[in-house]
Amino acid sequence: MFHYLTLAALLFSIGLFGVITRRNTIGILMSLELMFNAVNINFVTFNRYIMTDGLTGQIFAIFIVVVAAAEATVGLAIVLLVYRNWRGIDSDNYAVMKW
Amino acid sequence: MSQAADVSIVFWILSFVILVCGFLVVSLKNIFHCALCLVLCLTAVAGIYILLGAEFLAAAQVLIYVGAVSVLMIFAVMLTSNLASHKIVQTNQNTMTAFFACLVFALGAVVLIGGTKVWRYATDVLPAENVLTIGKLLMTEFMLPFEVVSVLLLAAIIGAIVLAREEGS
Repeated sequence: MFHYLTLAALLFSIGLFGVITRRNTIGILMSLELMFNAVNINFVTFNRYIMTDGLTGQIFAIFIVVVAAAEATVGLAIVLLVYRNWRGIDSDNYAVMKW
Repeated sequence: MSQAADVSIVFWILSFVILVCGFLVVSLKNIFHCALCLVLCLTAVAGIYILLGAEFLAAAQVLIYVGAVSVLMIFAVMLTSNLASHKIVQTNQNTMTAFFACLVFALGAVVLIGGTKVWRYATDVLPAENVLTIGKLLMTEFMLPFEVVSVLLLAAIIGAIVLAREEGS
Protein backbone atom coordinates (compact mmCIF):
# COMPACT_ATOMS: atom_id res chain seq x y z
CA MET A 1 0.00 0.00 0.00
CA PHE A 2 2.92 2.30 0.79
CA HIS A 3 4.14 1.90 -2.79
CA TYR A 4 0.84 2.82 -4.37
CA LEU A 5 0.37 5.86 -2.16
CA THR A 6 3.92 7.00 -2.88
CA LEU A 7 3.36 6.59 -6.61
CA ALA A 8 0.20 8.69 -6.34
CA ALA A 9 1.97 11.37 -4.31
CA LEU A 10 4.82 11.60 -6.83
CA LEU A 11 2.40 11.74 -9.77
CA PHE A 12 0.43 14.46 -8.00
CA SER A 13 3.62 16.47 -7.45
CA ILE A 14 4.56 16.14 -11.11
CA GLY A 15 1.10 17.36 -12.12
CA LEU A 16 1.32 20.24 -9.67
CA PHE A 17 4.68 21.22 -11.12
CA GLY A 18 3.16 21.22 -14.60
CA VAL A 19 0.17 23.30 -13.55
CA ILE A 20 2.43 25.93 -11.98
CA THR A 21 5.04 26.15 -14.71
CA ARG A 22 3.15 25.66 -17.97
CA ARG A 23 2.27 28.67 -20.04
CA ASN A 24 0.24 26.81 -22.60
CA THR A 25 -3.31 26.26 -21.39
CA ILE A 26 -3.53 22.83 -23.00
CA GLY A 27 -0.38 21.89 -21.07
CA ILE A 28 -2.06 23.03 -17.86
CA LEU A 29 -5.10 20.87 -18.65
CA MET A 30 -2.85 17.86 -19.30
CA SER A 31 -1.10 18.35 -15.96
CA LEU A 32 -4.53 18.57 -14.32
CA GLU A 33 -5.37 15.17 -15.78
CA LEU A 34 -2.21 13.79 -14.17
CA MET A 35 -3.34 15.15 -10.80
CA PHE A 36 -6.81 13.63 -11.23
CA ASN A 37 -5.22 10.28 -11.93
CA ALA A 38 -3.04 10.51 -8.84
CA VAL A 39 -6.15 11.14 -6.74
CA ASN A 40 -7.91 8.21 -8.38
CA ILE A 41 -5.01 5.89 -7.59
CA ASN A 42 -5.31 6.97 -3.96
CA PHE A 43 -9.04 6.24 -3.88
CA VAL A 44 -8.65 2.80 -5.42
CA THR A 45 -5.72 1.96 -3.13
CA PHE A 46 -7.68 2.82 0.01
CA ASN A 47 -10.63 0.90 -1.34
CA ARG A 48 -8.40 -2.12 -1.85
CA TYR A 49 -6.57 -2.12 1.47
CA ILE A 50 -8.60 -0.22 4.06
CA MET A 51 -12.30 -0.39 3.23
CA THR A 52 -13.03 -3.49 1.25
CA ASP A 53 -16.70 -3.81 2.14
CA GLY A 54 -18.33 -2.24 -0.88
CA LEU A 55 -16.68 -0.40 -3.71
CA THR A 56 -17.20 3.19 -2.57
CA GLY A 57 -13.69 4.24 -3.49
CA GLN A 58 -13.93 2.89 -7.00
CA ILE A 59 -17.31 4.49 -7.56
CA PHE A 60 -15.96 7.79 -6.32
CA ALA A 61 -13.06 7.38 -8.76
CA ILE A 62 -15.53 6.77 -11.59
CA PHE A 63 -17.31 10.00 -10.73
CA ILE A 64 -13.98 11.81 -10.72
CA VAL A 65 -13.23 10.44 -14.19
CA VAL A 66 -16.60 11.67 -15.46
CA VAL A 67 -16.19 15.11 -13.93
CA ALA A 68 -12.65 15.32 -15.32
CA ALA A 69 -13.96 14.50 -18.79
CA ALA A 70 -16.58 17.24 -18.49
CA GLU A 71 -13.91 19.66 -17.26
CA ALA A 72 -11.60 18.79 -20.16
CA THR A 73 -14.43 19.29 -22.66
CA VAL A 74 -15.41 22.73 -21.41
CA GLY A 75 -11.79 23.72 -20.81
CA LEU A 76 -10.74 22.88 -24.34
CA ALA A 77 -13.77 24.71 -25.74
CA ILE A 78 -12.67 27.79 -23.81
CA VAL A 79 -9.12 27.29 -25.11
CA LEU A 80 -10.38 27.24 -28.70
CA LEU A 81 -12.43 30.38 -28.05
CA VAL A 82 -9.43 32.19 -26.57
CA TYR A 83 -7.28 31.06 -29.50
CA ARG A 84 -9.83 32.39 -31.96
CA ASN A 85 -9.88 35.80 -30.30
CA TRP A 86 -6.24 36.29 -29.34
CA ARG A 87 -4.32 33.93 -31.65
CA GLY A 88 -2.60 32.42 -28.63
CA ILE A 89 -3.47 30.20 -25.71
CA ASP A 90 -0.89 31.26 -23.14
CA SER A 91 -2.37 31.83 -19.75
CA ASP A 92 -1.29 35.47 -20.07
CA ASN A 93 -4.12 35.87 -22.56
CA TYR A 94 -6.61 35.31 -19.76
CA ALA A 95 -5.39 38.41 -17.95
CA VAL A 96 -8.09 40.33 -19.78
CA MET A 97 -10.63 38.52 -17.62
CA LYS A 98 -9.28 40.32 -14.55
CA TRP A 99 -10.86 43.53 -13.39
CA MET B 1 -1.58 -8.20 4.83
CA SER B 2 2.07 -7.45 4.32
CA GLN B 3 3.13 -4.51 2.26
CA ALA B 4 5.90 -6.06 0.23
CA ALA B 5 4.11 -9.22 -0.79
CA ASP B 6 1.77 -7.75 -3.35
CA VAL B 7 4.22 -5.42 -5.09
CA SER B 8 5.25 -7.31 -8.18
CA ILE B 9 7.65 -6.52 -10.97
CA VAL B 10 4.61 -5.34 -12.94
CA PHE B 11 4.04 -2.59 -10.42
CA TRP B 12 7.61 -1.36 -10.77
CA ILE B 13 7.43 -1.33 -14.56
CA LEU B 14 4.08 0.48 -14.53
CA SER B 15 5.15 3.06 -11.99
CA PHE B 16 8.38 3.67 -13.90
CA VAL B 17 6.35 4.29 -17.08
CA ILE B 18 3.89 6.51 -15.21
CA LEU B 19 6.52 8.68 -13.56
CA VAL B 20 8.77 9.01 -16.62
CA CYS B 21 5.85 9.82 -18.91
CA GLY B 22 4.35 12.15 -16.34
CA PHE B 23 7.63 14.02 -16.12
CA LEU B 24 7.82 14.19 -19.92
CA VAL B 25 4.26 15.55 -20.03
CA VAL B 26 5.24 18.51 -17.90
CA SER B 27 8.71 19.08 -19.32
CA LEU B 28 8.69 18.48 -23.09
CA LYS B 29 8.81 21.51 -25.35
CA ASN B 30 6.53 20.19 -28.06
CA ILE B 31 2.99 20.12 -26.74
CA PHE B 32 2.00 17.41 -29.21
CA HIS B 33 4.66 15.06 -27.80
CA CYS B 34 3.31 15.90 -24.36
CA ALA B 35 -0.12 14.69 -25.43
CA LEU B 36 1.34 11.42 -26.71
CA CYS B 37 3.23 10.88 -23.44
CA LEU B 38 -0.01 11.58 -21.60
CA VAL B 39 -1.67 8.72 -23.50
CA LEU B 40 1.07 6.31 -22.41
CA CYS B 41 0.94 7.55 -18.82
CA LEU B 42 -2.85 7.10 -18.61
CA THR B 43 -2.63 3.60 -20.08
CA ALA B 44 -0.10 2.65 -17.41
CA VAL B 45 -2.45 4.05 -14.76
CA ALA B 46 -5.11 1.69 -16.12
CA GLY B 47 -2.64 -1.14 -15.49
CA ILE B 48 -2.25 0.04 -11.89
CA TYR B 49 -6.04 -0.11 -11.50
CA ILE B 50 -6.02 -3.73 -12.66
CA LEU B 51 -3.30 -4.52 -10.12
CA LEU B 52 -5.56 -3.01 -7.46
CA GLY B 53 -8.55 -5.11 -8.49
CA ALA B 54 -10.55 -2.34 -10.17
CA GLU B 55 -11.21 -3.88 -13.55
CA PHE B 56 -14.18 -1.71 -14.45
CA LEU B 57 -12.29 1.45 -13.61
CA ALA B 58 -9.38 0.27 -15.75
CA ALA B 59 -11.70 -0.27 -18.71
CA ALA B 60 -13.34 3.10 -18.12
CA GLN B 61 -9.91 4.69 -17.90
CA VAL B 62 -8.90 3.26 -21.27
CA LEU B 63 -12.21 4.24 -22.87
CA ILE B 64 -12.59 7.72 -21.41
CA TYR B 65 -9.05 8.96 -20.88
CA VAL B 66 -7.06 7.15 -23.53
CA GLY B 67 -9.93 7.09 -26.01
CA ALA B 68 -11.72 10.37 -25.52
CA VAL B 69 -9.86 12.93 -23.43
CA SER B 70 -6.49 12.38 -25.11
CA VAL B 71 -8.04 12.61 -28.56
CA LEU B 72 -9.71 15.82 -27.45
CA MET B 73 -6.35 17.16 -26.28
CA ILE B 74 -4.67 16.20 -29.54
CA PHE B 75 -7.49 17.84 -31.49
CA ALA B 76 -7.08 21.01 -29.49
CA VAL B 77 -3.32 20.96 -30.10
CA MET B 78 -3.89 20.57 -33.82
CA LEU B 79 -6.59 23.25 -34.00
CA THR B 80 -4.28 25.73 -32.30
CA SER B 81 -1.67 24.72 -34.83
CA ASN B 82 1.32 27.00 -34.88
CA LEU B 83 1.77 26.72 -31.12
CA ALA B 84 3.25 23.22 -31.15
CA SER B 85 6.70 24.27 -32.36
CA HIS B 86 9.94 24.18 -30.44
CA LYS B 87 10.55 27.89 -30.69
CA ILE B 88 7.89 28.93 -28.23
CA VAL B 89 8.87 29.02 -24.59
CA GLN B 90 6.46 26.69 -22.86
CA THR B 91 7.21 27.53 -19.26
CA ASN B 92 6.99 30.68 -17.22
CA GLN B 93 9.55 32.19 -14.84
CA ASN B 94 8.48 30.10 -11.86
CA THR B 95 10.26 26.92 -12.92
CA MET B 96 12.90 26.68 -10.18
CA THR B 97 10.58 27.86 -7.44
CA ALA B 98 7.88 25.45 -8.57
CA PHE B 99 10.40 22.62 -8.78
CA PHE B 100 11.53 23.06 -5.20
CA ALA B 101 7.99 23.59 -3.94
CA CYS B 102 6.83 20.38 -5.60
CA LEU B 103 9.94 18.54 -4.38
CA VAL B 104 9.18 19.62 -0.82
CA PHE B 105 5.54 18.60 -1.28
CA ALA B 106 6.49 15.17 -2.64
CA LEU B 107 9.07 14.53 0.09
CA GLY B 108 6.63 15.63 2.76
CA ALA B 109 3.91 13.38 1.38
CA VAL B 110 6.25 10.38 1.14
CA VAL B 111 7.56 10.92 4.68
CA LEU B 112 3.99 11.23 5.93
CA ILE B 113 2.87 8.07 4.13
CA GLY B 114 5.93 6.11 5.23
CA GLY B 115 5.70 7.35 8.80
CA THR B 116 2.10 6.33 9.30
CA LYS B 117 2.08 2.95 11.00
CA VAL B 118 -1.52 2.78 12.14
CA TRP B 119 -3.33 1.86 8.93
CA ARG B 120 -6.25 -0.34 9.88
CA TYR B 121 -5.86 -2.92 7.16
CA ALA B 122 -9.03 -4.65 6.13
CA THR B 123 -9.12 -8.38 6.66
CA ASP B 124 -11.55 -9.30 3.91
CA VAL B 125 -11.02 -8.92 0.18
CA LEU B 126 -12.89 -6.98 -2.46
CA PRO B 127 -16.08 -8.43 -3.98
CA ALA B 128 -15.17 -10.90 -6.69
CA GLU B 129 -17.48 -9.65 -9.44
CA ASN B 130 -16.20 -6.12 -9.82
CA VAL B 131 -18.38 -4.97 -12.70
CA LEU B 132 -21.50 -6.62 -11.28
CA THR B 133 -21.07 -4.97 -7.89
CA ILE B 134 -20.40 -1.55 -9.37
CA GLY B 135 -23.48 -1.82 -11.58
CA LYS B 136 -25.66 -2.77 -8.65
CA LEU B 137 -24.27 0.02 -6.47
CA LEU B 138 -24.73 2.63 -9.20
CA MET B 139 -28.36 1.62 -9.61
CA THR B 140 -29.18 1.47 -5.90
CA GLU B 141 -27.03 3.25 -3.37
CA PHE B 142 -25.43 5.79 -5.71
CA MET B 143 -28.49 6.44 -7.87
CA LEU B 144 -28.73 10.16 -7.15
CA PRO B 145 -25.05 11.04 -7.79
CA PHE B 146 -25.20 8.92 -10.91
CA GLU B 147 -28.12 10.96 -12.29
CA VAL B 148 -26.56 14.24 -11.20
CA VAL B 149 -23.33 13.41 -12.95
CA SER B 150 -25.19 12.57 -16.15
CA VAL B 151 -26.90 15.95 -16.03
CA LEU B 152 -23.46 17.49 -15.51
CA LEU B 153 -22.14 15.69 -18.59
CA LEU B 154 -25.09 16.92 -20.64
CA ALA B 155 -24.50 20.47 -19.44
CA ALA B 156 -20.80 20.15 -20.29
CA ILE B 157 -21.57 18.92 -23.82
CA ILE B 158 -24.04 21.75 -24.48
CA GLY B 159 -21.69 24.28 -22.93
CA ALA B 160 -18.76 23.11 -25.05
CA ILE B 161 -20.86 23.31 -28.23
CA VAL B 162 -22.11 26.79 -27.37
CA LEU B 163 -18.60 27.99 -26.55
CA ALA B 164 -16.78 26.49 -29.51
CA ARG B 165 -19.38 27.36 -32.15
CA GLU B 166 -18.41 29.92 -34.76
CA GLU B 167 -19.99 33.31 -34.25
CA GLY B 168 -23.02 33.99 -36.42
CA SER B 169 -23.44 30.46 -37.70
